[in-house]
Amino acid sequence: MNLPQDAAAGRTGRSGAQTSLGAGSRKRSFLSRWDSPIAGYLFISPWLIGFLVLTLYPMLLSLYYSFTNYTLLSPIKWVGFNNYARIFTSDDKFVQSLKVTFEFVAASVPLKLIAALLVAMVLNKAVKGISAYRIAIYFPSLIGGSIAVSMLWRNIFGVDGFINKALGAFGIQGVGWVSDPRTALWTIILLTVWQFGSSMVIFLAGLKQIPKDLYEASSVDGASRFVQAIRITLPMLSPTIYFNLIMGIINAFQMFTSAYVITNGGPLNSTMVYAVYLYERAFNRYQMGYASALAWIMLIMIAVVAGAIALTSKYWVFYESESGRGRGR
Amino acid sequence: MTSSARGAVRHVLMILFSLLMMYPVIWWIGASLKSNAELSSPNIFPKSPLWRNYIDGWTAIPGHSFTDFYANTFLLEIGVLATTLIACTLVAFGFARLDFPLKNFWFSILMLTLMLPSQVLIIPQYAMFYQFGWVNTYLPFYVPHLLASGAGGTFFVFLLVQFIRGVPKELDEAAKMDGCSWFGIYRRVIMPLTKPAIVTVMIFCFLWNWDDFLGQLLYINSVDKYTIGLALKMFNDSESAQQWGQMLAMSLVSIIPATLVFAFAQKQLVEGVATTGIK
Repeated sequence: MNLPQDAAAGRTGRSGAQTSLGAGSRKRSFLSRWDSPIAGYLFISPWLIGFLVLTLYPMLLSLYYSFTNYTLLSPIKWVGFNNYARIFTSDDKFVQSLKVTFEFVAASVPLKLIAALLVAMVLNKAVKGISAYRIAIYFPSLIGGSIAVSMLWRNIFGVDGFINKALGAFGIQGVGWVSDPRTALWTIILLTVWQFGSSMVIFLAGLKQIPKDLYEASSVDGASRFVQAIRITLPMLSPTIYFNLIMGIINAFQMFTSAYVITNGGPLNSTMVYAVYLYERAFNRYQMGYASALAWIMLIMIAVVAGAIALTSKYWVFYESESGRGRGR
Repeated sequence: MTSSARGAVRHVLMILFSLLMMYPVIWWIGASLKSNAELSSPNIFPKSPLWRNYIDGWTAIPGHSFTDFYANTFLLEIGVLATTLIACTLVAFGFARLDFPLKNFWFSILMLTLMLPSQVLIIPQYAMFYQFGWVNTYLPFYVPHLLASGAGGTFFVFLLVQFIRGVPKELDEAAKMDGCSWFGIYRRVIMPLTKPAIVTVMIFCFLWNWDDFLGQLLYINSVDKYTIGLALKMFNDSESAQQWGQMLAMSLVSIIPATLVFAFAQKQLVEGVATTGIK
């Protein structure tokens, strides 16, 4: 797929087309006037309207709500910084949900990336039968976010679930994985890590773009496979790692379905991730103002974390400067 | 170790690993044929498969069968797919091919919204749609997609823009010479040539909306409009006579459409992920 750089290249054909426009005297709609800004705006108008009405306006509305008490049914009441003050001073569940969310992000994102990277490196070598492996590894990513799999998980990790029966066969006494506050979050982390397939596919594409001659040259110099992985593969793959890391973090902060379906935030709020807590405030208790404040805190939190990683990126992400190298077909 | 031996070891490891990955799914298939009593036995497949789980599960929710829930889900999907197809290709064509003031500005805004967590928009959008009287209709799904702003909408625009930029501009110029309007170029030149990217977009649009549990949970609240996901959740929540086998059978059935799409479009889908980073 092409990169955006070629956008300017096409603009040169302009003057030639202008003469042809004058020549054809057939009746035209204003859409055919290629130099008219109206045509451009007409084409992008669905998105532009969508952005203004369904993104920008709701964002401003949400910011406004965050300073109010609003229940959908009763009139909106301005309360200033009250919601924020309450969140930061007297909301234990907020503190708990922050803790759980950071734990979830800190565990699931690196585990998923490492699994994806290792498997991609193995698959990059084993060429025969790669599509069969790819299916087995990608399939969980395909279905993993669905409510069906969440329900399967709840069953497998239940007190009488499959995991405990299997452990019992080895004489190990299991716990109620989903109902024990010490383990519940980990069942969800496991479900998330199981879905490493899509990151793996992105890594695989990144690996394919590393020029083979780099490995050949280093082999001649006597570099071992391990040294090659550290010195060539990881640096060359660092932009892909960076991309997967940022997207992984943004997605992990918003995790909802599995925590909602498998444990509904429990037991003892041990899986009360931020998105579930926000949902509870907004749509169980109809505290739209309070939940909007929570949403803005989440937005700022994600921006800060993503921004911090972006700042460190110049120390560990290497972009190739040689022209054309490592670029896609 | 010789290289062929190393290759063999690698394959054995990969086969074991693939089995490990698929194990929950294999167990799931077996469990959907079990009785409650047999469900947690470590045997994968039951002694005598209970095929009735599928038949009874299909009609287990009083007053409605899964036929209705499937029909609802497809009704939702068709509307979303059609609106996405129209809106996203038009917008992508505008960004990729036309020149207009502030184009780069708007495109950067579009890129920025890709990063926006949906939680910030859920509440105000719900309040808006609630005031329009759209709750418990499918309009909260159709309208945002018609405006290229539904789940994944902006990403699809981005993906299509990247693809259209790869189509040679000379084709537009030639069509222009022949008196083709911009809309004609969009419809007769770009749309046919963008088919591979459009197929990728449609696949992801289908899969994401099938799994968009939160959206369905928020906006649909009467059982006769329920999608499969919501029906499963209701199944899951009903305390009386929990039939796990039936529930697992129905949840297994619910992933069949996604699995079929995957089976037929595996290559396209995997390449779509690889080149664009969507999941």
